[in-house]
Amino acid sequence: MQRVQPTQWKVQSVSLMVTFLETLGQKAIDGLASMGRMLNLLIAGLLWAFVPPFRLRRILRQIHFMGWRSLLVVVLTGVFTGMVLGLQGYYTLNKFGATAMLGPAVAISLIREIGPVLCALVVTGRAGSAMAAEIGIMRITDQIDALAVMALNPVKYLVTPNIVAGLVTLPLLTAIVDVVGIYGGYVVGVLLLGVGQGVYFGEMQNLVGMHDIEIGFYKSLSFGLIMSWICCYKGYHTRYGAEGVSKATTEAVVMSSVWILICDYFWTSVL
Amino acid sequence: MIQVKDVYRSFGTQQVLKGVNLQVQQGEIMAIVGRSGSGKTVLLKLLIGLIRPQRGEILIEGEDICQLYGRRLDKMRERFGMLFQGGALFDSMTVFDNVAFPLREKTKLSSAEIAAQAEKMLESVGLADMGYKFPAELSGGMKKRAALARALITAPSIILFDEPTTGLDPILVRAIHQLIVDTHRTFGYTAVLVSHEIPEVFEIATRVAMIHEGRIIEEGTPQDILQSTDPLIRQFIEGKLEGPIRPI
Repeated sequence: MQRVQPTQWKVQSVSLMVTFLETLGQKAIDGLASMGRMLNLLIAGLLWAFVPPFRLRRILRQIHFMGWRSLLVVVLTGVFTGMVLGLQGYYTLNKFGATAMLGPAVAISLIREIGPVLCALVVTGRAGSAMAAEIGIMRITDQIDALAVMALNPVKYLVTPNIVAGLVTLPLLTAIVDVVGIYGGYVVGVLLLGVGQGVYFGEMQNLVGMHDIEIGFYKSLSFGLIMSWICCYKGYHTRYGAEGVSKATTEAVVMSSVWILICDYFWTSVL
Repeated sequence: MIQVKDVYRSFGTQQVLKGVNLQVQQGEIMAIVGRSGSGKTVLLKLLIGLIRPQRGEILIEGEDICQLYGRRLDKMRERFGMLFQGGALFDSMTVFDNVAFPLREKTKLSSAEIAAQAEKMLESVGLADMGYKFPAELSGGMKKRAALARALITAPSIILFDEPTTGLDPILVRAIHQLIVDTHRTFGYTAVLVSHEIPEVFEIATRVAMIHEGRIIEEGTPQDILQSTDPLIRQFIEGKLEGPIRPI
């Protein structure tokens, strides 16, 4: 076997280092370019919402798709989450003789944290993935170019209605999750475990304030924006056929979910 | 008139167009032929401003489309129609809605007027009873015809055809070509047609340009191209493996 000379070894190491730095640099440039494109899409998508024609029919269609069609799964999520909170909350509070606090515990957990986050994650999985796949297929089959050729702005036509629908739908769905979740907790806490009905709702009324509802509202609003923005972006920049669509859809759901959780922490620490 | 002047375009490290020069006169059918990957589709997308060149200019009736943005670009695009390789029909809409779509979005015509025009256009491409179907339910030839109807509905002055007959049987190829000739005669548009159908495309084109390795290497009437002694062109139109063009 031929021995590698020290100078050769140095040349090889330098060459490896250069390749590594080049790859790293390219990744950084690609990442920055991607962030630029994302920001561009968000700004354009939001600004087009204020330019006529307003395409109300498309916005309503997206609200119907994102909201009405997600309603069943969202209600189920809310009910069972509320029931779990009721059950766990009861056993924990019972140790301190504070079962009267079950109502506020369920309500505050749902309104401030669990309701907005779970609702956003469920809608991302159901509607966000479909949104990314639909726009992605339109991209790879030239349908987006066809819109541009017809002198229709694809961002205004495809992205803006989804962003507006996300902003409208998520707070509404979150409100529904909160309400059905509170009743889920009521079923377990009051009907099954014997906490007084008046205590459950009375303490809730005393301890849950408008501020808690505001926090939940801001969170759901921002999650609606994040979900629709990221899913539209991933679909809009899909490449390379069917595999590209599947990759874009997966990335849309994963990235949206992660950013929703990061944003949740940010809101919780700020508000 | 369309004038392409010294246009360069690359993607990453791949230089696709290397100084393309081309003139298309008003009302003619200009066929652009060349091997796969020679830059034909890129050239069409440049003509309509879907992508922009790195160098050079593309004049449409004297106005450089590469310098237009926003509403001015939209205004320019209203003069165009484009038939995409796969049709690019909106798959969530019926054929009728696809054809009516440009009128609904870009005009203030009443629903009745739009319906009448869309039905008339579907009839002219031989799809009179197919309006209720979705694109996924159509054959390849029907999709191309529906896409042609959509491209024609706004009566554009320029239509770009990106391989309108790819993947069709020889009879359908002739039928689509005949449809292009008929609609060209009726509507009088300028056509730029990218095609691999040699020699069929020579029957409908008024002029032909051959693109090779990012440059237009020959331009003339179909007769000029067919009689060319250039070994590159001879090899391409005769589909021979031997010659200056490497097959793979």
